[in-house]
Amino acid sequence: MKRIITATVQDRSGVLNRITGMLHKRQFNIDSISVGSSETEGISKMTFVIEISDHQKLEQLTKQLNKQIDVIKVSDITDKAIVARELALIKVGGTGQLRAEIQGIITPFRASVIDVSKDSLTIQVTGKPDKVEALISLLRPYGIKELTKTGVTAFLRGQQPKQVTEINSISI
Amino acid sequence: MKVEVKRELESTKELRTGSDLLIETLVDAQVDTIFGYPGGAVLPIYDALYRSNAPFKHILSRHEQGSIHAAEGYARVTGKPGVVLATSGPGATNLITGITDAMMDSLPLVVFTGQVANSVIGTDAFQEADVMGITTPITKYNYQVKNVAELPRIVKEAFHIASTGRPGPVVVDIPKNISAAITLEDYDNEFNLPGYQPTKNPNPLQIIKLADALGRAKRPVLLAGAGTVFAKASEELLLFAEKYQLPVANTLLGLGSFPGSHALSLGMAGMHGTYAANMAIYESDLLINIGARFDDRLTGNIEHFAPHAKVAHIDIDPAEIGKNISTDIPVVADAKEALHALLNSSITMPDHKLWKEKLQNNKANYPLWYERSNELISPQWLLEQIYRISNGEAIVTTDVGQHQMWAAQYYPFDKPNRWVTSGGLGTMGFGFPAAIGAQLGAPADLVVSVVGDGGFQMTLQELSIIKERNLPVKVIIVNNEALGMVRQWQESFYEERYSESILANPDFVKLAESYGIRGLRVDREDEVAEVLEDVFQYDGPVVVDCRVVQLACVYPMIAPGKGIHEMLGVTK
Repeated sequence: MKRIITATVQDRSGVLNRITGMLHKRQFNIDSISVGSSETEGISKMTFVIEISDHQKLEQLTKQLNKQIDVIKVSDITDKAIVARELALIKVGGTGQLRAEIQGIITPFRASVIDVSKDSLTIQVTGKPDKVEALISLLRPYGIKELTKTGVTAFLRGQQPKQVTEINSISI
Repeated sequence: MKVEVKRELESTKELRTGSDLLIETLVDAQVDTIFGYPGGAVLPIYDALYRSNAPFKHILSRHEQGSIHAAEGYARVTGKPGVVLATSGPGATNLITGITDAMMDSLPLVVFTGQVANSVIGTDAFQEADVMGITTPITKYNYQVKNVAELPRIVKEAFHIASTGRPGPVVVDIPKNISAAITLEDYDNEFNLPGYQPTKNPNPLQIIKLADALGRAKRPVLLAGAGTVFAKASEELLLFAEKYQLPVANTLLGLGSFPGSHALSLGMAGMHGTYAANMAIYESDLLINIGARFDDRLTGNIEHFAPHAKVAHIDIDPAEIGKNISTDIPVVADAKEALHALLNSSITMPDHKLWKEKLQNNKANYPLWYERSNELISPQWLLEQIYRISNGEAIVTTDVGQHQMWAAQYYPFDKPNRWVTSGGLGTMGFGFPAAIGAQLGAPADLVVSVVGDGGFQMTLQELSIIKERNLPVKVIIVNNEALGMVRQWQESFYEERYSESILANPDFVKLAESYGIRGLRVDREDEVAEVLEDVFQYDGPVVVDCRVVQLACVYPMIAPGKGIHEMLGVTK
């Protein structure tokens, strides 16, 4: 199962290295990691998308993340009401007639063309991972020359249907 | 220019280098011993050490690995962080085995490594190594000091992190420009670690659950690990076990947390554990693990580990709970606090007299055994003599392998912090330098370093230290002219193909003498008692080369992949 896990961490040098090293050592399979600054200075937010086989492994993962000195809080938000977005840049080959066709494909995705050259155009799309994936597969027949993704970043919606239980060491 | 700086230093006392600042912080941290080895990138620190009149001693090893294992021995015996200082590059990389060992066995260490100057970091400079990159996976935490002003805070933080919660090694990498920097100011050393708040006190609800389970248990057993030693919880453990008449099994590293000679002690559990301890775990209906991490050498095949038991696990590290063995009652807490809470709970135990009797019978009917040779020295017998002649009161350090298991089996400890061995990482070469640290940490105690002929040769250069400092460490080489455990496995699982496991050794007596240390050899049983009595009385270091039977094996044994109840060699 894919899990979306967020971590609030101290913005200290080496923190990403320490965390990815731990994930690698403990054989967790990372789909994506995105890191950036948060609303508080000196604090960063990380969003992991991780493929996990069972609940025992998931518990290990959150505990191992929590164990890191620089990690302040860990939440598995997969089953919560969340907003999750990623951004992809897709360079597709295309001239003339094809361009209009591609434009027609990307419009419903609210994607935009951000660069055009003689024989290619670059599309920017933002959204949930499945939406981004859907657009990519639609564009694939046109010949994707280059593709890059930011990985998912996510947090909880302002309102939750039920009470949110945070996963942390203190709760057990 | 240099002369000028020196003059300036003399004239104004407030003017200090980063290294002076470091020494001050070590004094603040009440360090009494540091283990180290100088080199280019730590010259400013060694110079500050030379100039200072700091009230701690520096122990010069002959290889950085010696320094770090000595610091581990010191930490194990005193419970205080061991402090290590080494230079950049090869100095730092020579520490790696010891740091990993300390990480696996949760030993508090604060390790200072020199680093090339900030201006050349990342240029593959002379003696540069990526210490942060290399030590990240093997430390509880690590720092590279970027600014002199943060040095006092980092050092204070390092000691705090190393010695609290689940202890572990912390590395502080200090670039040469930082240690050499001139500074006038006093710096703040207050710190705030919002992500590091170890849970000491147990959740009362979990204690109620555990007390309730105990109130129903017909076949309860306690498993005490190293966590009870770190938490200084031996007294509480004894009270708890006696109050409810609970049998106690120990892990390798938990030995000594519960008196080995106590009627309720089942001895060590695990791969080479006793029949009584392993069967108690196998048949139990409630297993209470206090500060052990369910290592694979303890559990054997986890399918067969405590299959009928409700498992309760008390651990200060939440990540250990449920990692290897699924747990019914998790208690995140310091072992001492958890035991306190349990002692304060009112529990009415059901009668488990039959269970107790059964375990006592197992103990009596399936004791440890060995084949005693007529004239030659049987290694197990040798360990029994060491126990007898030292009145069971020595601090014992070991390397890894057969002699380690025999020491664990035949030297029952009645007190904690007397058993110094490399458990998780299984580091050969650990035992002898660890004895140096142990002796420095406990100067009045008899320290016996039981080592194999293989492991001793990995770090024997530290004989220099015991000579230089006249440390009365007693090195007992259990010499079977083989890598005994490797040989045993080759005998059992590789049809006696002794591939590279038989050793040609030096003359250990002459070797000791060349260091100016008394050396002795014993070949026969009838010489042993006299020699050991003499050696343990002798006020100074001694190396005793004990020639033992080569083909002795450690039994009982759980073969790899087998369950805890499937022991080989339980009886003759």
